[in-house]
Amino acid sequence: MTSAIHEGLVPGSIPVGRDAPAPARRNKIEVVELTARYGNREAITGVTLSIPARTVTAIIGPSGCGKSTLLRCLNRLHEATPGAGVSGRILLDGRDLRAEDPIVVRRRVGMVFQRPNPFPTMSVRDNVLAGFRLTGVRPRSPEEVVERALRRAALWNEVKDALDRPGTSLSGGQQQRLCIARALAVEPEVLLMDEPCSALDPVATARIEELVREVAPEVTVVMVTHNMQQAARVSERTAFLYLGRLVEVGDTATIFTRPAERLTEEYITGRFG
Amino acid sequence: MTRRVTSDTAFQGVLVFAGVGGLALLGGIAWVVGTMSEDAFRHVGFWRFLVGTTWDPVAGEFGAWPALLGTLLTSALALVLALPLGFAVAVFLNEVAPARLASPLSALVDLLAAVPSVIYGLWGLFVLAPAVRDHVQPALQAVLPDLPFFRGPPLGVGVLCAGVLLAVMVLPVVTSVAREVLRALPDSFREAALALGATRFEVVRRVLFPAARSGLLGAGVLGLGRALGETMAVTMVIGNRHDVPDSLFAPGYTLAAVIANEFSEAFSPLYLSALAGLAAVLMGTTLILNAGARLLVLHARGRWS
Ligand SMILES: Nc1ncnc2c1ncn2[C@@H]1O[C@H](COP(=O)(O)OP(=O)(O)OP(=O)(O)O)[C@@H](O)[C@H]1O
Ligand SMILES: [Mg+2]
Repeated sequence: MTSAIHEGLVPGSIPVGRDAPAPARRNKIEVVELTARYGNREAITGVTLSIPARTVTAIIGPSGCGKSTLLRCLNRLHEATPGAGVSGRILLDGRDLRAEDPIVVRRRVGMVFQRPNPFPTMSVRDNVLAGFRLTGVRPRSPEEVVERALRRAALWNEVKDALDRPGTSLSGGQQQRLCIARALAVEPEVLLMDEPCSALDPVATARIEELVREVAPEVTVVMVTHNMQQAARVSERTAFLYLGRLVEVGDTATIFTRPAERLTEEYITGRFG
Repeated sequence: MTRRVTSDTAFQGVLVFAGVGGLALLGGIAWVVGTMSEDAFRHVGFWRFLVGTTWDPVAGEFGAWPALLGTLLTSALALVLALPLGFAVAVFLNEVAPARLASPLSALVDLLAAVPSVIYGLWGLFVLAPAVRDHVQPALQAVLPDLPFFRGPPLGVGVLCAGVLLAVMVLPVVTSVAREVLRALPDSFREAALALGATRFEVVRRVLFPAARSGLLGAGVLGLGRALGETMAVTMVIGNRHDVPDSLFAPGYTLAAVIANEFSEAFSPLYLSALAGLAAVLMGTTLILNAGARLLVLHARGRWS
């Protein structure tokens, strides 16, 4: 029991006790010695990482280093891939993800993908409500849910008169914000974003970065990005992955100005390989 | 540059030829069937031919209704049974089964689609018909309400047997097409739905099926086409009787089966013309049902694009 509480804390902070001061930062997610495979190939190996609550954590690293795989382990989507396997542990609020129903996990941990993927058969409104519609849950006030989610995704003003249009009729940037609204509508505790801006122009990218900053106080965001400036702009913490291993993790400012590892420095300064 | 333009023109020529050729072929068939059946339509009268219930070649009395109804009933029965089952199998093969199991099973399904219909007919006659007589009909009659349409002695051969056999024959077609349709849907839909906490079943029901609606309808259309036109297997198990089937278990006839069975014994030009008339009715039925299905497809597409 106590160990579960310990694991919910940043290493070095004081355990919660009767007279202990409140911990400076609670960890929403603890990844412990995580190894993920596709068939026999290990995509990530022995990753240990803690993700503080209500912050933005960026995951950076070269293509193929396992960023998406790591992210997909955090909502147990990795195991939906045929032949995929995992070992190690992931704790969400100190509880092992494997002990939870994956359906429940995915409701608490939302995800936004690299390419906008609104459901083509659904209107803008139904896309936002998809998390409810798909699972047969009736929100108390659908109109309120839709408006709140679209406002948080900075899309409300653009689509408030077009809620009945097909979700796929929006522009690429709008579609991506629609997907963010869809993920936020079910009020997840964690939001995973896998290169959410890679298909978008700078203006659309700026809007998404801004909204990420805005939701961060309520939602723990983990964002994979290829864009160093983006990581620097939006995240408090940055983790650098290389060849499936975690090289370094720390405060974004530290990672970008005084990285502890040569590899990290070479990667962020673009002198790589 | 000119070479490429020429080859493009040639290509277009081939396409136009193919298109026109296809239409001409259809037109030619329709024309032949039309002229051949003219006599019968004139002698009996078109509507009386269509809805007449007596088929008496000796008396020169020709009514297509029993066979038309038999065709519609057996095909409807086949679709009602084969569509849900075919979709379920397609979902299993594509969404649930591990690849190790899915690929041999898929190959098996495709193989079933290639079995000649006379083989299905033999199986229907020797296995299905006795099973219907001894087990299916008694069981159904025990459960179904005691309405006229569910009464009758257990003969084995009849409308139900033909419908079930057609369902078995249509199933591989439906399954194959539905599987391809589902396979064509991008994984991003599935992942988006899973990531929102949907179960596999909810993904299929609320995301994949709606997105694949027009394609699944197409699977149904292909299955219907096969059921309407199937001749050999049906004639072996339907009982071949020119009566309006008064029960699900009663023997009946289908348009295609009548044509095939009586063509060789048509003793008068009028008789022959009446058989051509059945062919015309079958073609018309197929056209109308296909057009209807196509409208449904267009409607389904129009919903979101
Ligand atoms: N479905 C899959 N089946 C087999 N191998 C996979 C699969 N998905 C990813 N991999 C492999 O796992 C490794 C890590 O992939 P992953 O997608 O996590 O990388 P990434 O860091 O997200 O790369 P990128 O920046 O290009 O998106 C890669 O070597 C990749 O080839
Ligand atoms: Mg990736």
